[in-house]
Amino acid sequence: MRALCCIPSTPSEATIKGLYSRSLKPVYRLLLVALLSFVLMFVDHRTDQLKQVRWVVSHAVAPLHYVAHLPTASLNWGEQQTKSRRQLINENASMSRQLLVLQQRVQKLAVLEAENARLRQLLNSAAELETKVSTAQIIGIDPDPSRQEVVVNKGTNEKAYVGQAVLDAKGLIGQVVEVGSSFARVLLITDSSHALSVQINRNGVRAILAGTGQVDKLRLLYVPTTADVQEGDLLVSTGLDQRYPPGYPVAKVVAVHVEPGDPYMTVEAMPTAEIDKVSHVLMVAQEEGEE
Amino acid sequence: MRVQPASGTSVMVFTFLVAGLLQLLPMPASLSVGRPLWIEMVLVFWILALPQRVGVFTGFVAGLLTDVLLGQVLGVYGIALALLAYLTLSSYTRLRVYGALQQSIAVFLLLGVGAFAVHIFKSSLGQNTLSPLATLLPVLVSAILWRPMLNILRVIQVRFMVR
Repeated sequence: MRALCCIPSTPSEATIKGLYSRSLKPVYRLLLVALLSFVLMFVDHRTDQLKQVRWVVSHAVAPLHYVAHLPTASLNWGEQQTKSRRQLINENASMSRQLLVLQQRVQKLAVLEAENARLRQLLNSAAELETKVSTAQIIGIDPDPSRQEVVVNKGTNEKAYVGQAVLDAKGLIGQVVEVGSSFARVLLITDSSHALSVQINRNGVRAILAGTGQVDKLRLLYVPTTADVQEGDLLVSTGLDQRYPPGYPVAKVVAVHVEPGDPYMTVEAMPTAEIDKVSHVLMVAQEEGEE
Repeated sequence: MRVQPASGTSVMVFTFLVAGLLQLLPMPASLSVGRPLWIEMVLVFWILALPQRVGVFTGFVAGLLTDVLLGQVLGVYGIALALLAYLTLSSYTRLRVYGALQQSIAVFLLLGVGAFAVHIFKSSLGQNTLSPLATLLPVLVSAILWRPMLNILRVIQVRFMVR
């Protein structure tokens, strides 16, 4: 009896307890709970009824996300604090150079935007929607390796909403699928259940870009073998999916493979955003999308 | 027979919260595939220690919190952990007298059933899941970590007099 666990209780005590203190036998409890679980699963999966419940319970678990992020955050902080003077000066210099280049581009942009609006008016098409951008920090990654999701630190308090597009400096990352008061869950474009409408920047050919579950791989679906797709083509969002704002870069085509006899070709693409490396993201709010 | 008053509920809840935290902690993708099933291990421990207090309902509640924590459809972990609790509850008398290796193997089997339950419900909800064999990797890691885990939790239980 070397592995007696914990506080020993005599068998008779257990038996008596089992007979009297339990109102329900474990089997019936299990059946009850199983029934409850099935109902919950059905309701949660098929309807939006439980969104409110989730929202309330998420208050209890949100602090865990923040605490789980602490080690990473404190490491980053330590790194910031121990940077040498020379490093900071170098960083500063390179940033001001970058700023200068960007400012120069912005100068042109204002003119172009005005011109674009005028041309759109001439064409009688709707003006592009104004977009508001706010930054957020990634505080958690989905621990389930079969899902590609992250948690960011902006919630309904900061006007985040379900369906909001999330991007980094280089391209689209994903969309918000669940919001709490101070956090939001973002489904990444690389998740295998995710797809969005894109077009090739070079010639405007449209296609559907789907995730594969791998962090650096996306796939273009249903591209006819006659379509003009080349390696290195930039794919940008079209906005036709009514979720993402149009015109943001999403991915670059890395491989095109035509199998003789197949009606469609296999096109692989890599996200332009550094999805597995970013720590800060931008959340784009469309005026129209807010409910 | 003297009935001991229940005590140390907050300590028990705390261990579950720490387990949830460990479940969330960011890890490199290569290690994350074998992330131990912390919440399940803590649940099995408390059932072995206090079968009169901890049971199917505790498992269910812990499972629902796991669902919310992981953004999973409500009820998936709920039913899996309730099932795990039931199986542990019906075999705790034997588990207690097993030797170290034997107990680890038994825990492997118990957690394996729980992991497969999660796997089945996830795939029936149309979610992308890893292969069944990859599902067993965290279970194996948990079984290896079971004995150290048991000793740590036992120290906590005795120190804070959880009854």
